[in-house]
Amino acid sequence: MANFRICPDTGLYFDRSAESLMKVNAVAAAVSLLVAGILALGVALTRWPAVHLLPADQFYMFLTAHGIDALIFWIIFFEIAILYFVSSTLLRSRLAAPRWAWLGFALMVIGAVTTNVSIFQGGSSVMMTSYVPMQAAPHFYLGLILFAVGALIGCFVFFGTLVVAKNEHTYEGSIPLVTFGGVTAAVIAVFTIASGAIILVPTFLWSIGYIAHIDPEMYRIIWWGMGHSSQQINVVAHVSVWYLVAGLTLGARPMSEKVSRFAFLLYILFLQLACAHHILVDPGVSAEWKIFNTSYAMYLAVLASMIHGLTVPGSMEVAQRKKGYTRGMFEWLRKAPWDNPAFSSTFISLVIFGFIGGITGVVMGTEQINLIIHNTIYVPAHFHATVAVGTTLTFMGLTYFLIPVLFRRQMILPTLAKWQPFLFGGSMTILILFMMGAGTLGVSRRHWDMDFAGAALSFEYSGMAYTMMGIAGIGAVVAVIAGGAYLLITVGSLLFGKKLDPSAGFLQSFGVPMSRGTYTAKHEVVPMAKAVEEHGSAGFEAPGTFVLAMLLLVSFVVYYFINWKYLSSVWPLS
Amino acid sequence: MTSYLPPAQRIWWKVPVGRQEIVWISIALVWCLIMFFMMPFWHVYGKQNLSNEAYKTTPAKFGEKVQAMIDEYTVRTETDQKIPVVAPPAGSDIYMLGRLWQWWPILELEKDKTYRLHISSMDWQHGLSIQPVNINMQVVPGYEMVLNITPDVAGEYGVVCNEYCGIGHHTMLGRIYVKE
Repeated sequence: MANFRICPDTGLYFDRSAESLMKVNAVAAAVSLLVAGILALGVALTRWPAVHLLPADQFYMFLTAHGIDALIFWIIFFEIAILYFVSSTLLRSRLAAPRWAWLGFALMVIGAVTTNVSIFQGGSSVMMTSYVPMQAAPHFYLGLILFAVGALIGCFVFFGTLVVAKNEHTYEGSIPLVTFGGVTAAVIAVFTIASGAIILVPTFLWSIGYIAHIDPEMYRIIWWGMGHSSQQINVVAHVSVWYLVAGLTLGARPMSEKVSRFAFLLYILFLQLACAHHILVDPGVSAEWKIFNTSYAMYLAVLASMIHGLTVPGSMEVAQRKKGYTRGMFEWLRKAPWDNPAFSSTFISLVIFGFIGGITGVVMGTEQINLIIHNTIYVPAHFHATVAVGTTLTFMGLTYFLIPVLFRRQMILPTLAKWQPFLFGGSMTILILFMMGAGTLGVSRRHWDMDFAGAALSFEYSGMAYTMMGIAGIGAVVAVIAGGAYLLITVGSLLFGKKLDPSAGFLQSFGVPMSRGTYTAKHEVVPMAKAVEEHGSAGFEAPGTFVLAMLLLVSFVVYYFINWKYLSSVWPLS
Repeated sequence: MTSYLPPAQRIWWKVPVGRQEIVWISIALVWCLIMFFMMPFWHVYGKQNLSNEAYKTTPAKFGEKVQAMIDEYTVRTETDQKIPVVAPPAGSDIYMLGRLWQWWPILELEKDKTYRLHISSMDWQHGLSIQPVNINMQVVPGYEMVLNITPDVAGEYGVVCNEYCGIGHHTMLGRIYVKE
C-alpha cells in the first residue's frame, strides 16, 4: 500500500516515493540552471562588444554548454518533476514503478554529467545543435542519448501512474486539465525522444568511426524533429503550470474544459511540424513542404496558443471577479496577488511569452521572412522570450510554491522573492528586445567577434548594432543576477529555511483558497442548465482579458506586416 | 473545482462554450488563415522567394565549377591572400563557396541584373549572410543551392558566416560588389 503524506496547507497527497523523486529532479534542475547561469554570464560579457571577455575557444565552449544545460538539462529535469506531480500528486495515486523512475533519474544524471564533461574537456564545442559534419567527442552524443533514455523512462512512469490511478479509482470522472496538459507534454516528449534517437544514435556511431557518413541536410531535418519539438514540450508544460498556478493562487478554474483540452489536442496534432522553422532557407526542400510544415498546417498550433492566451488570464479574471474585484476592466488584475512570486512569475511569463515569444516565433517562422532573420541574433532573442521568460520564469514561480508544499521549508528572503520575477522578467525583456534589434541589423548569432578581427576582408556593422548589443549585454548581466537570486532563495530555503511543522499554514498567507477537504469532497452533480449559466454563455465573462487579447492581436498584425514590408525592401530573389 | 482537480461536470464535453471563447477562436482562426495564405500569395506576387532548385554535389565537383568561373572572369585580386574578384556577365551562373574560413571568391555584379547564384560548402555547414542588406542562407556541404538574385542597390556588401564553423568562424568574411 502506498505511503502518503497529506500536505496540511493544501490537502495535496504526496506519495512518498514520488515526493523523493520530485525533490531530486528539482534539485538536479536547479544545479543545471546554476551552471547554465554562470556560463550565460561568460557568453553575455563576450558578446557585449565593449567588454569582449572570453577568448574565442572558451566562448564557443561556454555557449555550447550554456545551451545544453539551460535548454535541455534544467528544463527537462524540472519537467520530469512536474510529470510526477501532475500524475501522482494531483491524482492522489501511488507512483508506478518507482524503481524504474530512479533508474531514469540516474541515467539522466549520468548523461548530463557525461555531456558536460565532454564539453569542458574542450573537444566538443559544437553548439547545442552539433550539426554534422562538425564532430564532437563520442561521449558528447552518448551523454545526450543516456539523458534521453532516462527522460523516456520518466515519461513511461508517468503514463504508468495514469493507468494505476485509473485502475485504483483514485479520482472520479476525467483527469484534471493540468494532468491532461502533462499527458500532452509526455506524448510530444515520446515523439521528440524518438526523433532524437533516430539521429543521435547514428551520429554517435559515426563519431566512433562505425558509420562513414551522415547526410548533413537529413541531420538537420531529423535533429530539429527533436530540437524544436522539445521546445514544444516546454510550451505545453509551462501552459499547464499556468493553469495550475492560476488554480493554486486564485482558485481559478478553466473557463471551458472543452476549449482548453481541445487546444492541448491541437498541440499534439500539429506542434511537431515546427522542425521546418529551421529549414526555411535550406537547400533541397521544396517551398510547399516549407509552407505546410512551418505553419503547423495552417497555424493550428498557433491557434492553440492563442486560445490558451485567452483562457488562462480569462480564468484568472473570472475567479477575481467572483471575489468582488469587478470595477472597470482591470480591477481584477490590479488587485491580483502581485506579492506572491508564484503568481507574478506566471503572469509576467504569460505576457512576455505571448507578446514577444509568440509573435516573433510566428514572424520568423514565415517562409519568406525567415530570409532576413535566419541565424541572426534575432533567433536567440525569440527563444529567450519563449524559453527563458516563458518556461524558466514559470518554473521559477512554481518552485516558490513547491518550497513550502513539497520541501516543507519556509522561504527565506521573502522580499527578494517578491521582486525576483519582476527583475528577471524585466531584464530578460531588455535583453530580448535589443537582441531583436541587433538581429534586424544583421548581427549574427553564435559569433565571437562582430569586429571580425583577423579576417582578410572587413565589414562594419552600424553603430546602432553595437549600442544594441551593449544594452543587451547589460540586460543579460542583470538577468543572471536575478537568476542567481532565485537560486539563492530556493537553495537557501532548502538549507536554512525554517522547517514547517505539519500544522503550519504558510500558503494561507498568500490567500490560497485550499483546504484539506478539497480532494475528498464528493462531486456535486451540476445540472446542465446551471452549468450553462455558470459559464456565462450569454455574455463576456472576462472582458478585461478580451481587451488584452485584442491588444495582442493588433500587435501581432502590425508587427507581422512590418516584417513583410522590411522583406520587400531587400534584393529580389527567386 | 479548479484546473488541477477533475472537472466539476463529469460530462464536461457537453457543457456549451462561452460566447467570448467562440468569438476569440473565430478571430484567431481567421488570422491564422490569413497568415497561411500570405506565403503562397508572396510566391505569386512578392519578389523575395527561394526557388526549389538544388542539386546534390560533392566538394570536388563544386570546386571545379567555381574554379572555372574564376579562370574565366577574374578582373583583379584583393588583399595579400590574392582573393580573386570575379565579374561574370549579367544573367550567368555565378558561384560562391564556403570553406574554413573563407567565402570564395569576391563577386562583382551589376545593379538590377539577375544572376544565378550557386552556393555550397567544401567542408562544414556555413551561413551565407549578406550584410547590411541582411539576406541569410544555410550552406550545406553536399548540396548546391541555386538562387536567382537581382541586387538592386549599388554598394559594397559583406558576406558574414552566420553558422558556427569552428574557432576561426569570426574571420570568415567575404565580399560582393554591386556596381551601378
